[in-house]
Amino acid sequence: MPQRKVLDARNTFCPGPLMELIANMKLIGVGDELEVLSTDKGSADDVPEWIKKVGHQMVGTTEVNGVWHIVVRKAK
Amino acid sequence: MQILIVGGGTGGTILGNSLARRLANEIRAGKVRITLLSASDKHMYQPGLLYVAFGQMTPDQLYRDEASLLESSIDFHVDPVTEFHLDRNEVKTGSGKTYAYDLLVIATGARIVPQEVPGMAEGSENFYTEEGALRLHKRLMEFRGGTVAMVVSLPHKCPVAPIEAMFLLHDFFKARNIRDKVKLQYNYPVNHVHATANVARWAKPEFDKAGIEYETLFNVREVDPVKKIVYSEEGTECKYDLLIAIPPHRGMEMVETNNLGLGGWIPTDRFKLTMNDHDNVYVIGDATNIPVSKTGSAAHFEAEVASDNIVSVIKTGVPVREYDGRVYCFIEAGFDRATHNAFDYINLPELKPPTKSVHWFKVAYNQMYWSTVRGLL
Repeated sequence: MPQRKVLDARNTFCPGPLMELIANMKLIGVGDELEVLSTDKGSADDVPEWIKKVGHQMVGTTEVNGVWHIVVRKAK
Repeated sequence: MQILIVGGGTGGTILGNSLARRLANEIRAGKVRITLLSASDKHMYQPGLLYVAFGQMTPDQLYRDEASLLESSIDFHVDPVTEFHLDRNEVKTGSGKTYAYDLLVIATGARIVPQEVPGMAEGSENFYTEEGALRLHKRLMEFRGGTVAMVVSLPHKCPVAPIEAMFLLHDFFKARNIRDKVKLQYNYPVNHVHATANVARWAKPEFDKAGIEYETLFNVREVDPVKKIVYSEEGTECKYDLLIAIPPHRGMEMVETNNLGLGGWIPTDRFKLTMNDHDNVYVIGDATNIPVSKTGSAAHFEAEVASDNIVSVIKTGVPVREYDGRVYCFIEAGFDRATHNAFDYINLPELKPPTKSVHWFKVAYNQMYWSTVRGLL
């Protein structure tokens, strides 16, 4: 059964949410999901751009009280 | 109370010395005992490896005996931990001994794993070990012209080191009067030349001025050492004559084998610095999974917070403060100028133009580090 791991990258600038996401994608299995929490609104654009480029899947993006919840699925 | 510190790097050493001084009365009275276990009798100043790669320091300048850095009241053993038994507050070591504790600090650091990228170990150089830095220096001295490419794997220590290396390469080849024969190509995993927006905003025009070329959204997938091509996960490729890799990192192997955290990164409360679900276990430095830079600077500030809280809990029963994500780093912008970078969980770094004075302060800090780990600075 696919697992979902939450990656709390709120209020982080260095290395930042996208770097944390890319690093953690290596540690999960194909079909598993990562939910990135980010307070940087740029993540809502940066993450989908990278996910599309490398062929993983976007599951969804929501914003709750200034925190973006970006859910991605490892596809390969 | 038995305090056990596992790891004799920057974080473990600063914390051990701070606790030994501030709990001196309790130690003398036999109420507190501090033990530090390390895998090595030597302490390395890791940032110096970059200078070794460019011939500006020699390896012997990077080491001190760990025992010489520690307060004499610390019970120090070179005996690497092999097993953590957090359920019964004890660890086992390579010598077969068992060490019990009331309070454990894990400060075991990180390691490079270039072997996780096909071809990287065979096809690239790096400056993350003494052997690697010396080999890179030799390759740079022999280099006569062509493309020097850099690839940056994730995760890695010290996020500004790749940028520093590019500026140093520029000045290194300029000093050898062959800069016009060398193409410098920087490949970076996210969509800016640095993960931190303000650092990227500063570095991009500096790269342009130095003629350093760059490709972003380049995550290394494979290196072909025969064809001398590196392929990205994004479907692009880069030809090179000399490849410098920032290898992927993991936490220490025994952290992984003891199932303390995915990738060897231990789940840690980013404010309290305690291991999740283990209030008597602190984690500091590279070993945490906190989303801050894996640097000596972060380890230093984390060690100060952990020390304040451990001392306060022993003396008053309550902790005093939280880690605010504070990090400070120098950024070398060439052989004779540098800037600096400070930030925390709330405040973004604001970079100033590089100056010679900041560079010379960094050169001085390369020696002052030994006062820092002794807890004198």
